[in-house]
Amino acid sequence: MSSVTPAAAPARRTGPGLFLRLLRHPLGGVSMLILAVVVLLGALAPWLAPFDPSATDLHMILAEPGPEYLLGGDAAGRDILSRLLVATAFSLAGGLLVMAVAVTVGLTAGLVAGYYGGLIDAAGAWFTALTMSLPSIIVLIAARSVMGPSMWWTMAIFGLFISPVYYRVVYTSVRSVRNELYVDAARTSGLGDGRIIGRHVLLAVRAPVILLMSGVIAAGIGMQAGFDFLGLGDPTTPTWGQMLNEGFYNINRSSNLVLWPALVLGLTTVALTLLGTALRDELEGTGDKRHKAARPWALDQEVPADIDHGDEPAGDALLTVRDLAVAYPAGEGYATVVKGGRLSVRRGETHGLIGESGSGKTQTAFSILGLLPKGGKVMAGSIVFDGEELVGRTDAQLNALRGSRIAYVPQEPMSNLDPSFTVGHQLTEPLVKVLGMKKAEARGRALSLLARVGIPDPQRAFDSYPHQLSGGMAQRVLIAGAVSSHPDLLIADEPTTALDVTVQAEVLDLLRDLQDELGMAILIVTHNFGVVADICDRVTVMQKGVMVETGATRAVFENPRHEYTRALFAAIPQGAPRSPLPGVSSAGSLGAGALR
Amino acid sequence: MLSFVSRRLATGVGLIATLAVLTFFFLQFGVSDVAQRIAGQQAGPDAVAVVEERIGVDRPVIVQFGDWVGSALTGDLGRSWFSGQEVTEAVMSRMAVTVSLAVGSVVLTALLGVTLGALAATRRGWSDRGVQFLAVLGQAIPGFLMALALVLVFAINLDWFPATGYTRPSESVPGWLLSITLPVIALTVGSIGGVAQQVRGSMIDAFERDYVRTLRSRGLPQRSVVFQHVLRNAAGPALTVLGLQFVILLGGAVIVETLFSIPGLGPLALNATSQGDIPVVMGIVVVTGVIVVLVNTLVDVIQAWVNPKVRLS
Amino acid sequence: MNQPLLTVDGLEVEYPGRGFRAQPFRAVKGVSFDIRPGETVGLVGESGSGKTTIGRALLGLAPVSAGSLTFKGEDISHPTKQRRRELTRDIQVVYQDPYSSLNPSLTIGDSLTEPMIVRKTSKKEAGARVRELLDMVALPADAADRYPREFSGGQRQRVAIARALALDPTLIVCDEPVSALDLSTQARVLELFLEIQERTRVAYLFISHDLAVVREMSHRVAVLLHGEIVEWGDGDTVTSAPEHPYTQRLLLASPVPDPAAQEQRRADRLRLKEIQAEQDLQAGAA
Repeated sequence: MSSVTPAAAPARRTGPGLFLRLLRHPLGGVSMLILAVVVLLGALAPWLAPFDPSATDLHMILAEPGPEYLLGGDAAGRDILSRLLVATAFSLAGGLLVMAVAVTVGLTAGLVAGYYGGLIDAAGAWFTALTMSLPSIIVLIAARSVMGPSMWWTMAIFGLFISPVYYRVVYTSVRSVRNELYVDAARTSGLGDGRIIGRHVLLAVRAPVILLMSGVIAAGIGMQAGFDFLGLGDPTTPTWGQMLNEGFYNINRSSNLVLWPALVLGLTTVALTLLGTALRDELEGTGDKRHKAARPWALDQEVPADIDHGDEPAGDALLTVRDLAVAYPAGEGYATVVKGGRLSVRRGETHGLIGESGSGKTQTAFSILGLLPKGGKVMAGSIVFDGEELVGRTDAQLNALRGSRIAYVPQEPMSNLDPSFTVGHQLTEPLVKVLGMKKAEARGRALSLLARVGIPDPQRAFDSYPHQLSGGMAQRVLIAGAVSSHPDLLIADEPTTALDVTVQAEVLDLLRDLQDELGMAILIVTHNFGVVADICDRVTVMQKGVMVETGATRAVFENPRHEYTRALFAAIPQGAPRSPLPGVSSAGSLGAGALR
Repeated sequence: MLSFVSRRLATGVGLIATLAVLTFFFLQFGVSDVAQRIAGQQAGPDAVAVVEERIGVDRPVIVQFGDWVGSALTGDLGRSWFSGQEVTEAVMSRMAVTVSLAVGSVVLTALLGVTLGALAATRRGWSDRGVQFLAVLGQAIPGFLMALALVLVFAINLDWFPATGYTRPSESVPGWLLSITLPVIALTVGSIGGVAQQVRGSMIDAFERDYVRTLRSRGLPQRSVVFQHVLRNAAGPALTVLGLQFVILLGGAVIVETLFSIPGLGPLALNATSQGDIPVVMGIVVVTGVIVVLVNTLVDVIQAWVNPKVRLS
Repeated sequence: MNQPLLTVDGLEVEYPGRGFRAQPFRAVKGVSFDIRPGETVGLVGESGSGKTTIGRALLGLAPVSAGSLTFKGEDISHPTKQRRRELTRDIQVVYQDPYSSLNPSLTIGDSLTEPMIVRKTSKKEAGARVRELLDMVALPADAADRYPREFSGGQRQRVAIARALALDPTLIVCDEPVSALDLSTQARVLELFLEIQERTRVAYLFISHDLAVVREMSHRVAVLLHGEIVEWGDGDTVTSAPEHPYTQRLLLASPVPDPAAQEQRRADRLRLKEIQAEQDLQAGAA
């Protein structure tokens, strides 16, 4: 219901703009330039090479770079430059072949297995496991003994061998797309499997397939170079690896031989890998884009005075939030999600903060806790808790309040418990580390709290992991944790939204009882007027980041004065029930008796 | 837990069996003249026939395979056709060298990868970008090229380490350490990046988790949440990557061993396959398969131990 | 008019258990109800009640293990693939989540023409139909060329409704169609549903966890608990004076937006809880 980070999701596009964006990416531009040069040299090698790459000249054996052989001669008296150019063509072609085979096999198998599952799925998993249980080099060496030293065969087999890289990526994205509602919707629109794959599934795998390409080419080139370096390559096709091999055996005579192929090979694989990183940044929006705030933050609108139902007490406010502004970096400036107004929570009362999604109610709650999501910052205003200003405090200072005087109950019970630790551990850890209890004491306290929040078998819940609990139970555990320090203020962010109505009623009862017992104030963030009517003494209405109306619950409900509050009330479904269609008797009604 | 382990192992046995069948029949295509080569180029048909009978290639392939399976199950992988050496002995002694290289660099990878990844995730900013750049660079440069560079700089120019050769730990422990330092570094450089990136990614991911906020709301300081909760939850994916790296390192070791003249599996594999020495190739494939299956099972077990959802289901 | 459009009789849906020797999971256990042409039947229940599964079974997305679904006199519980595709002309769906029910990489126009692809509608005709549909759900005509991300949740839900209407269906399964929407948006979308029904005489199977929403939308209502219907009758009776103890609990548990009435309702709920606990105790002792 409430989004935690309001910053806009990165737009995913692979359209024509991608190439330009890559060029502008600092790493992408440089690596594309390097690759362009290498590819061009390779493609034009037959015309560029000044000599026949396999022609030997006895006078030029290990010759120094000179006017004739620009980069010198190798151990057989061949021109290094010419060999390097031709080797570039072969090495690149090898890398491309690996990619082509891997994409063809991996994409097809991944699409089919992901979409249909069943036998092909099992076969794919088996093949993947097979390729991962043996280093590829051993397979390639074995294949060479069968196929002979053909570079093309070796590269094709290597492509097959690393096709699981594609298979797995395609498979997972197909699986996740398959469960998307829009695929169900396509099916209920009468589309056949072929059409669904073509329209929806291929679109989804496009980005990851492109993303992996440069990495796979780099792996192919690297593997081929390594293979040829071992002397396993085809002696008739010069490659970088072969030149390195020859150079390595003559390393004591001339390091010139190793230098050039090593340089080109290294540059190419580095450029390919960096291009992959740049692609990822652009396609997935993961780029470490430093936010450059061209414009300083400023409140972009005049905040009107809120409507107060006029029963504000002067002295006994526990928490007062005034003119709060919270902003996130966005584009060249900021997106301001909380813009002002006033919120005042008295000691021991339950105060509702109500608003629709995007109203900033959750952001207000996080600001009070000092736990805004990444990027979020309190830009202006004040938060006064029990006479102390919280805005501008360090994290350590706020830590002294959190967990002892201010507590928090989240919305989504399951994701708010660490799946790797037992409930008991998560309850006792703060008691020991923050409140300084002894382990046994903390354990006793945790067990009695679990009993208090209505968990039938506290010991069992204590020893359980979060995934073994139901949502309602998990929420009770979180409430137990929140009240374990006897806080003065409990901030509950949509504490019942994720729960069924019958469970919601029980959780609200529990909160009410705990409040009576502990005398704490509760700030309850919600979008549900029923919840406010049920539990809140007073209520504050938020709209688009501004607190617009505040007052005693009864006063606000009976006489909503702000236009927005009125609109909200009007939207509550309370219309008359529809009468049965003419001719349809309700005689078919079966009550409890008819069923048993 | 026990049934979990046995299930994993059963799958592993199936895999190794598939591997053995595929390799064996695949190799048959490439060894038509192996007897001639063993007997020597000058040997006449009679002498070749004798050799064929000795190594058993005169029988149908399926019978040969049956024989191989029969003795392999008792732990006997036969003898090399060329050197006559016991395959089990040859493979095991060399495997020990290769595995020690791989284990050494996995340990180094784990230590450095996790440290760098955690550093990048918690510090962000410049240290983050630095770690990421090094990671990409390490991944991009082929392992043997790195090895080549290391040899040039540290062995030939600076003369700190031996350029090639291997000293057994039984001969001299410092000598052994010196002889494996460069190979282990060459192997490790490429794999640190993957682990560091993975640790960084899953830690940053874990930071944004709801439960981290909830734990912080209980007054736990950032530090303690990171070390107890974030790191623990990032451990699973990192382990998977480490397991994969081990296989890649075994492969990388083949090239690096050849480069440094280390008597590991690499030179043996090269030799055996180029000669068509089927018993040795089969031995290498099966033993490598077994080791990989064991490592993967170990990874799965640790994984399950870290993740209660797996452990308890 | 009196002939049911759809009759569900003893419907059971069973999912195979996961893993070796696992028990199959029965999500729906013998459910019977019917829908007349132009009628709205509400299905209410909490999570795990099987309400969504019933809708999916109707659409052919969940396996029917027993019972029958009769649509316009034809048994559609196990149709052939071909027949299932033809049925999509008559039975359509609007899902809960307006964010994942539209492919983010397709324009609104593409999503709306999707149902027409199979019917081989000409491009010109399809374009005209898209404009007509957008008009029906009160979206501007230029929406066709834009992408889902440019629209709010309520607007996306309008697109989803337009897509469901594209083939003039006689029955639309509405699976929690307003649960993900804000209160004010929810009201407008509900109004749109009613308006469309009035205009086209389409029948709705309206699935929701919210008794108040179901009450406003439905002619007749079925209450589900653990895969079974515990109460079934005309909307007013079921949602204001239920007979079954579970429906009574459900009704009293959902808070009303009126502090005084809610206080009364809370007291009623606690009293009912005591009475039911006592009854359970007696039942246990007997």
